[in-house]
Amino acid sequence: MSLLELDNVTLRFGGLTAVSQVSFSVEEGEVFALVGPNGAGKSTIFNLISRIYDPAEGDIRFDGKSILDRKPHEIARLGIARTFQNIELFDQATVMQNLLVGRHRHRHSRMWSELLFTPFVRAEERRHREAIEKVIDFLDLQAYRDKYIAGLPYGVRKVVEMGRALAIEPRLLLLDEPASGLSVEETQDVAFWVEDIKKQMGVTVLMVEHDMHLVASVSDRVLALADGKMLAMGTPHEVQNHPKVVEAYIGVADEHEKVLA
Amino acid sequence: MRTVFKTSYDADINLFRHKQQFGWYLALFALALALPFLLSNFALGEATNVLIWAIACMGLMILVGQSGQASLGHAAFLAIGCYANVLMQQRLGLPFLITFPLAGLIAGVAGALIALPMTKLHGIYLAIGTIAITILVEDFIVIAEPLTNGVIGLIPPPITIFGLVIDRYSTPNTLYYLTLGITLLVVLAYRNLQRSPLGRSFAAIRDSEISAQAMGVNVARTKAVAFGISTGITGLAGALMGHYAGIFNNETFNLIISIQLLLAIVIGGLGSIHGAFFGAAIVALLPQTIAFGRDMLGGLIGGGSIAIPGMEAAIFGLILILFILFEPMGIYGRWVKIRTYFELFPFYRKDMFRRQKAYLKTERMR
Repeated sequence: MSLLELDNVTLRFGGLTAVSQVSFSVEEGEVFALVGPNGAGKSTIFNLISRIYDPAEGDIRFDGKSILDRKPHEIARLGIARTFQNIELFDQATVMQNLLVGRHRHRHSRMWSELLFTPFVRAEERRHREAIEKVIDFLDLQAYRDKYIAGLPYGVRKVVEMGRALAIEPRLLLLDEPASGLSVEETQDVAFWVEDIKKQMGVTVLMVEHDMHLVASVSDRVLALADGKMLAMGTPHEVQNHPKVVEAYIGVADEHEKVLA
Repeated sequence: MRTVFKTSYDADINLFRHKQQFGWYLALFALALALPFLLSNFALGEATNVLIWAIACMGLMILVGQSGQASLGHAAFLAIGCYANVLMQQRLGLPFLITFPLAGLIAGVAGALIALPMTKLHGIYLAIGTIAITILVEDFIVIAEPLTNGVIGLIPPPITIFGLVIDRYSTPNTLYYLTLGITLLVVLAYRNLQRSPLGRSFAAIRDSEISAQAMGVNVARTKAVAFGISTGITGLAGALMGHYAGIFNNETFNLIISIQLLLAIVIGGLGSIHGAFFGAAIVALLPQTIAFGRDMLGGLIGGGSIAIPGMEAAIFGLILILFILFEPMGIYGRWVKIRTYFELFPFYRKDMFRRQKAYLKTERMR
């Protein structure tokens, strides 16, 4: 059984069909990449899985069960974590506090016990901190632990956002353009981390990415989209050389150009 | 500069960062305990007033500073706490020890219920929505005359705790100590909130609702809880305010009080407990300071007392404008800068606290 299944999902904004009859499934333990030009509907698919949008048709199943009856805040509890294309961190909080918010899914204490800070709450806090310390070690964030997000460079913020998603201890991690705006070295780091997330942590990864080198080096399967429609699915190599994909990215020479040539 | 080497998770969890910090706060507490022996009865009354305002400011600070929602409706919750406390004492004959926490609870539940339909509003719209609460409650006090005695007002009975009578004029010391104790409890609850998951989820919905949601935070419920805790604490301050004022009616808790509360926390410094105290001191002491200044000025030019209507509001407005222009982080922000300057001397840079613009906010989803 696949971990995540999209079954003929369609989403319309008024007259615009943003996602049209998209079906794919992500198997447990693989890295699955969505590629496509701008406006292809990649991030929209993420927002559909996060339940920010309701699909007009189709079904989305996680672990065999439909998630369409779930509210957006219940998705994290299922074990689906995500990052955002334009970094949505908590700016006026420290890196550690940001990561600790990722632990919200594992909160067992109630309001009154927290206001009194009972020994139970303290024990829970220690457990949370132990868990995020592992994330900090994994992503080499030690130097930034107590720094406020507002003062951090872009590249570090990207990593913190990935760390916050990992603090959820997800089964499925949605990475929305993890390498956009990063330098070559930072992109290489991301590639290593994605490999480690898959192999060491056993987390399934679904990612949107424009950097075809990164996609080719880490992903097991790729789905190419354009204008909300599926173009091709397969290994990175297959998809990169698929005629429809080449057409969507580069275009075909029209009659006029052919004459000139 | 002091560097704390953390050797356990508790270093981040504990209330004080290091022993010296604990020592400083202990000294401050000792000073607060000794205050009745150092001040005249009048000055002690003013100190009590500052503490009561500090409780109210902490209540609003939790909402505005921690969870990022504006409210101009907090005078209403002062009123709810105040009336609930006194009415339960007068009509039901309950003792203060029971009515006081109940008053906070009633104001808190009322706040959470009112917040539920308002959680979709943001920023200025929320502020306008909450103005309605203040106006409605003020009018309700007038209309519900059989219960609230309308514009004539109510006179709270003296507080009795196990036979100990607490009254502003006959026993100012005990009222001060009672207020001090409650202030400490509220500070403790605030600190506990800040270091627990609930406080962090407040910060999360303040900075980015969309990712708070993705982390599993129920945004609407968390906002309502923030409102509830905030208005509950404000209700406690209202109950004390009633006892301190000696008599109160619908005009005691009007829109001006709401605005003053919001001004206080902005001037004090948003998001910090210190800010609540600094702001409370400004708001509670300013009228007296102006009065003193006026008398002094009158004595100097020999013209008797000068009464300029609207003087207080004008000075308030001026202070607020100056703070927003020159120190948006408030008194506490300025204090942190001065402290950092000396800690890092001579390596302090001018831009150290400059706020950075985040990337691509235009594409953010609400």
